[in-house]
Parts: sequence; C-alpha cells; structure tokens
Amino acid sequence: MAARQGSLVIVDVDRIKRHGALSVVEGRLLVLLKYIPGLTSAAVANPFLYLIAIGVGVGKLINAHSGGVDGVKYLTFLAPALLSTAAIQNALDEVVFPTLEGFKWNKSFFAINSTPISGKQIANGILIASLVRVTFSVTIYGTIVYLFGGFTSIRGWLAIPTSFAAAAAFGAFIMGIAAWAKNDDSFFMVLGRFVMMPLFLFSGTFYQLSSMPIYLRWIGWLSPLWHTTELGRYLTYGHHISGLMFCVHIGYLVAMFSFGMRFAHRQFEQRLAK
Amino acid sequence: MAIQEVLIEAKQLVKRYGDFTAVNGIDFQVRKGESFGFLGPNGAGKSTTMRIIAATLTRTSGEITILGKDPEKFGPEIKAHLGVVPQTDNLDNALTVEENLYIYGRYFGLSKKFIAPKIEELLDFAQLTEKRSVKVETLSGGMKRRLTIARALVSEPEILMLDEPTTGLDPQARHILWDRLFRLKEQGVTLLITTHYMDEAEQLCDRLMVMDKGSIMAEDSPAGLIKNFSTKEVLEVRFGSDRNADVAPQLKEMCERIEVLPDRILMYADDGEALLHDLGQKGLHPLTSLVRRSSLEDVFLRLTGRTLVD
Repeated sequence: MAARQGSLVIVDVDRIKRHGALSVVEGRLLVLLKYIPGLTSAAVANPFLYLIAIGVGVGKLINAHSGGVDGVKYLTFLAPALLSTAAIQNALDEVVFPTLEGFKWNKSFFAINSTPISGKQIANGILIASLVRVTFSVTIYGTIVYLFGGFTSIRGWLAIPTSFAAAAAFGAFIMGIAAWAKNDDSFFMVLGRFVMMPLFLFSGTFYQLSSMPIYLRWIGWLSPLWHTTELGRYLTYGHHISGLMFCVHIGYLVAMFSFGMRFAHRQFEQRLAK
Repeated sequence: MAIQEVLIEAKQLVKRYGDFTAVNGIDFQVRKGESFGFLGPNGAGKSTTMRIIAATLTRTSGEITILGKDPEKFGPEIKAHLGVVPQTDNLDNALTVEENLYIYGRYFGLSKKFIAPKIEELLDFAQLTEKRSVKVETLSGGMKRRLTIARALVSEPEILMLDEPTTGLDPQARHILWDRLFRLKEQGVTLLITTHYMDEAEQLCDRLMVMDKGSIMAEDSPAGLIKNFSTKEVLEVRFGSDRNADVAPQLKEMCERIEVLPDRILMYADDGEALLHDLGQKGLHPLTSLVRRSSLEDVFLRLTGRTLVD
C-alpha cells in the first residue's frame, strides 16, 4: 500500500475551481460511451428514415408541383430545421435524464456536490456533455443530408453550428426546468406533448412560418427552433432575412441561453442545499 | 498524550426549518485522529449537523469552523479534505465499480496517474477486486456500502464522515465494515460517525455526543458515559405485562434506579446477580431474568427517558 500523503497535499482546490465542470463532462462521457452503439445507430437510422420519408418522398411531390420551397429544393429547405430538431432532441435527452437521475433517481449530484465541485459546475458539465453528444449526432445527420443531396454548396454545413446554438439555448433552459421539476412523470408528459410537439410542428419546420395563420405564429416566435432554422436557411442557401431579424434571431438565442443557464445554476444550487 | 489539533469546532450551532429546530445551539470540538460519534434516534439532528460540517447545508446561526475555515465562505476548500459517506449510497449505477472510484477521484481533480494505483489499493481495502468490472447496480447492499466508503477515501481525506454507515446491513457485513474503519483510524484518519446503533458507537467511537431533539444530552467516551450515567450492570426482569407495573414500586426500593418498559423492567445495580438473589429472598420470582452489563442504550434511556428505537 502506498504511503498516505493526505488531501492537504494531493488535492488542488484552485484547479477544481477552474476545471471542475470538465470532470463532470468526463463522468457523463464515461456513461455515454457505454451506449455508443445505440447512440450511433439512432444517430444514423433517424435521419436516414426521416429523409427518405419526408425529404425524398414528400420532397419529390413538392418539387414536382412547385419547384421546391423558398427557391430551393425541398430537402435543402428542410435540412436546417431537421438538424436543429435533432440537436434539440439530443440535448434534451442529455440534460433531462441525467438531471432527474442526479437529483431524484440515484442522487448522484449530491455525491458530486460533496466534492469541491459546485452546483454551477455540475450544471455546466451536464450541458457541455450534452453538446458533445449533439455535435456527434448532428455531424452524422449533416453527413446523411449531404449524401441525400440536401446541401447545394459547402455553405450547407453551416446548418450544424446553427443547430448547435438551438441545442445550447434550449438545453440550458430545459435543464433548469428539469432541476426545478419535482414530479418527473408529469414533467415528461408536459415536455413531450406540450413543448416538443408544438415546437416541431409550428416553428416553420416543414413550411415557412409566414404560411401559418397569424394567431399560430407566436409559437414559432417563441421557439428556438424557428430562430435557428431561419439563421440556418439564411446561412446555407441565402434565405432572405433582414439585418434586424438576423440580430433578433441571434439575440433571442443568446438571451435564452443566458437566462437558461442562470435559471439552471440557481435551481442546481438551491436543490443541492436542501 | 499531546493535545491534538482541533479540526472541527462548533459554538451555539443552530439549524431551523421554519418553526422546526433541527439543531438547537450545540457546541462541540473534534480533534485530529479522533473517532467522534453522534449518537441519537432518527430526527435527533445528527445528519443535519453532518451536512453543515460537510458544507452542503447552511446554518441558521452560531459558528462552526472545519480545518479553521467557515464552510459557508470556504465550501470547496473544506470539501477538498472531507470524505463523505451519505446515509443512502449514491453511487453511479451506470458505471462499474472501478469507474466509480476513478471518476470520484477526478471530481477531486486528481490525475489519472495518481488514481490508477489508488483504485487497486481501494478495491483491495473494500474487498471488491474481483468485482472491479461489474456494474454497481448488481452489487449487494454490503458491497455497495464498502464501495461508497472506498470512494470517499480516494482523495485521502483528513476527515471521513460516515452517516449511519451500517444501517440495513447484515451482521457479517457490519463487522467487515467496522474492521475497515478500524484500519483507517489506525492510519490517523479522523472519523465522524452518526449512528443509532449503540454497539456501533461503542465499537468505533473514542468520544460520543448523545443527541436528542437537536440538543446535546451528554458528551464523553462510551465508557465514560456508561460510568457517569448508568450502573455497572443491569438486571432485566419480566413479571408478565399485567404484573410489571404492580411490582415496580417494590423493585424501586431494591436498587439504584429502575426503568419500566412496556415488556420488562430494567433494574440498575453494580452487581446484577446479587440483586437477582435478593429478589428471590423477597419472594419476587420473575418469569424471565437477564443480567447484563450497562450499555449506551441505558445511558440514552437515562438521559432522554426513551429508547434509541422509539
């Protein structure tokens, strides 16, 4: 047995204050690596099936009748929205389940919090780990979109960073809600039925938001999916948005991320101190 | 013996939750290398006190320093030197035994190079070497408990805090754990233990603080508490549930003190056998009798009027 040195010698608190969140990321990645075959299969199969059904199937019909949407073929129009949707879904999986598990199911956050790592650092680590998975899944998604001919130029790949922004903004916000939620059953029901589904359907995903009745457009305005989709379409094929709206889209995502992180930090700190 | 450095010091420590006072103005000191126990029933304030020491719960009033620092100002600096074993195991069920040790070491900012041999040492300590690659969710309760303790040791803490370390374990698992905790004590690790098991408190603790309803009832070594608050021996007698109350006044005159419990009467005396003989002489013949030495249970009964399992 090695001679005991003691924590006063071996533990560097300043280092933990600087890099503690990265240790949380490492812990999450250790878990994620165990599911890598399943995650990879889902990351490949989901876009593949979706693009065949909607992008190619429905797209063929739309392209034949109206020559595409917004001046480009349907798959090109659709790609930024699909990538953002996938990014958001992946981020939610990786912030909601670990947060509920950490606070409620096996209380692992309380174990982490008994080390020098703070509640804020745990929240940061969970979000960063979720964005690692988002990057992995969305890169695969983007590659499949490319193989299906959805990117008309190299600019098409810019849909990946915009989808990443959607994941970061919405992921931060939902992580705070997950930390706040006491009843996980109703949380999943509300999240799935009343948040994700309307966002997906009413954020200008399959057609432009301007095609929607005015009384439903507010859902898109509130949705990070619409803001990143608009940015993605602008960046990937030149969809027209004004300078003001460009700033609004960026500003909305930054504001949502900032508010989401502050809210999440507060919820994590409060719940760990109860 | 040289006076050891004070690692933990509390003065008039109070924790309230609304109208409920969980910790009610307690004072105590814990010295380096000592094994200090909080003994009391559920709800006595033991775990709350532990969480304040662990810098995961803020106090309402009073003062407390751990390693000379205030936990509300220097949380990470204090936590860096604590090993915490909570009442309920909160291991990462998705990871293996060794991965749990590894990642906990990383939470303390330890290098992979340091952690690798440490894992071997801790697996050996916890008798889990053969289970190293097994997922935690498949382990028995005793194994999980040992792993939780091993995990708390990865950073070589100055103070190891154990909240009800053997609750829910079978006798064999308890004895294995006690043996492991003895070894740590031999290495000079300061142990802070909460328990409502008197045998555990007697086995593990140099000094005990008996708590009830958030207050300190007494503080001393286990032997000192028994000496000061009980007699050497106890005679337990049963006359039947109908007669116990009737004979109690007679019994009270024959010994230092009695306690009438629902099923039996405890008679406190320095010589239990002699007392039993005297009972026979007076024509009092209990249905069953047992002479035993005084325990912390008796101390607790004396101090609070209740048993630890009330």
